[in-house]
Amino acid sequence: MNPVADSTRNRNMTEEGQVSKGAGKRILMCGNEALAEAAILAGCDAYFGYPITPQNEIPAYMSRRMPEEGRIFVQTESELAAINMVFGASATGKRAMTSSSSPGISLMQEGISYLSGAELPAVVVNIMRGGPGLGNIAPSQADYFQATRGGGHGDYRTIVLGPSGVQEMVDCIPLAFDLADQYRMTVMVLADGILGQMMEPVVLEKKPGRELPAKTWALTGAKGRKQNIVRSLWLPEGVLEELNNKLRDKYKQIAQNEVLCEQYEIEDADIILVAYGFSARIVRSAVSRAREEGIKAGWIRPITLWPFPTEQVSKAADEFRIFLVVEMSNGQMVEDVRLAVNGKSPVLFHGRPGGGIPTVDEIFDLIRQLTLKPKT
Amino acid sequence: MKTVFKRTPTLKDCKTHYCPGCGHGIAHRLVAEIIDELDIRDRTIGIAPVGCAVLAYDYFDIDMVEVAHGRPPAVATGMKRTNPDKIIFSYQGDGDLASIGAAEILHAGHRGEQITVIFINNAVYGMTGGQMAPTTMLEQVTATTPKGRTAAEQGYPLQVSELLATLPGTIYIERCALNNVAGVRKTKKAIKHAFELQLEGAEGMSLVEVLSPCPTYWRMSPAKAMEWIESNMMKVFPLGRLKG
Repeated sequence: MNPVADSTRNRNMTEEGQVSKGAGKRILMCGNEALAEAAILAGCDAYFGYPITPQNEIPAYMSRRMPEEGRIFVQTESELAAINMVFGASATGKRAMTSSSSPGISLMQEGISYLSGAELPAVVVNIMRGGPGLGNIAPSQADYFQATRGGGHGDYRTIVLGPSGVQEMVDCIPLAFDLADQYRMTVMVLADGILGQMMEPVVLEKKPGRELPAKTWALTGAKGRKQNIVRSLWLPEGVLEELNNKLRDKYKQIAQNEVLCEQYEIEDADIILVAYGFSARIVRSAVSRAREEGIKAGWIRPITLWPFPTEQVSKAADEFRIFLVVEMSNGQMVEDVRLAVNGKSPVLFHGRPGGGIPTVDEIFDLIRQLTLKPKT
Repeated sequence: MKTVFKRTPTLKDCKTHYCPGCGHGIAHRLVAEIIDELDIRDRTIGIAPVGCAVLAYDYFDIDMVEVAHGRPPAVATGMKRTNPDKIIFSYQGDGDLASIGAAEILHAGHRGEQITVIFINNAVYGMTGGQMAPTTMLEQVTATTPKGRTAAEQGYPLQVSELLATLPGTIYIERCALNNVAGVRKTKKAIKHAFELQLEGAEGMSLVEVLSPCPTYWRMSPAKAMEWIESNMMKVFPLGRLKG
């Protein structure tokens, strides 16, 4: 993003007044900034972050807006420091978040593992870019495995939300904070460079959140009570096993209660496309075109990537149909689809890795080829 | 009978896991006494490192957190920024602070975080079995320097406090030692000052480095270890106020 365009955008924002004050109005914003404002509306007490493209609008926006709200913004020396500052603020019961992009998220995995062990809430935003290594700054969905399998060391999960537009980036933030507080764990928002950079009309408003348990575990100074300890080290035999089993039960409960997904015309479909995030928008256009041409196509869009909508996909596979998974990677979510389908129907894959973006044409062509009926 | 000495309430009445002759017990008592003397127990949050002091929350009766290796200054930053009314201290060893957490302590100091850091320097990794630390003396034999540390191969002992004292963001840095009674008293005075600065809202980071004995991994008796602090460590890590 060029800095001139960026500053113009900020100026327009200021002329319009604070977004929070103009809540409820339909305004044009880029995904990164809209997400940042949504975090402020959701009561984020502190933001800690380190610059990395393509999410730089988030720390820049927060550096201006958080102090205006009397809240905390710190540009950290590294992503390691950022996630550990989140850890510190969260341990005292505050709502804290950080954002980064793929290489930076790799560095944060240590902290996410500790957050998971200590059962601390945190919101982490990953605006994915191409990898591995330094990769490039093009949009990508290559961090699905890392996000949905925990990512760091140890037996844990993070809830992963995969928005597919700017409004959904906004809407998933209060949910992320609520889920993090309710289940005392990391919630990751997994978006990509396009979603972060593109501008769309959004409505930003403060909505009532979930009813949440009091943070009696928080470190606030042991005033009139016994000491609170936040820790992840459990040496005596069996104690860590117990903790892991407690986490397993928590994750099971989340898998039962928190799955979100969207489905479109799958009832009569011969082919069902499965995609999330930006890929899902391309798939949506390709499927609409297929329907216009009389091809019975539908799509499933997981919104929670973990927990994965296993049941929904499995149910759709009860009848024989072709599943086509489309990702901006060389095939990661396709494994979850295969696990859900469990051999009941064929699961095919089309991916564009390393910053490549599938086109509507190439998906449509695939749909047509896969649904061609033999001539009689 | 008249009581002349008793356990301070913030120190729990329990046995510690520390080796005989270890300095952590003394350092813990000093910190606990200071918390009680300043009457800040109900607004203090302590940060335990990875290292021998990882279980410090088993001994301090205050709100405490245990964090990833080397990250206490970052965690302290997150805590203090969001809770300016709380007293935040980190308690870190030389591996935690001077090696894996070098970036975190440098930048917390650089930003002038209003936190108090207790830096225990015993020139060796204790918890993992006596490996070389950045502060290990030249010629010192450790589990990973079997022929003794050499400047050519492992570099010189790292003088972190001197380094941190150059930063405008640090307001008070002092090096003390637990090698005798006078040293213990001086250490207490220094740590207390470091806490008082935070209480006053002084703008910047305060750090007290404490030269502390590790008889187990120095392979000597506790009495000899106390002597070794003076005869060896103090030559490389001279005592005194480096800043403030």
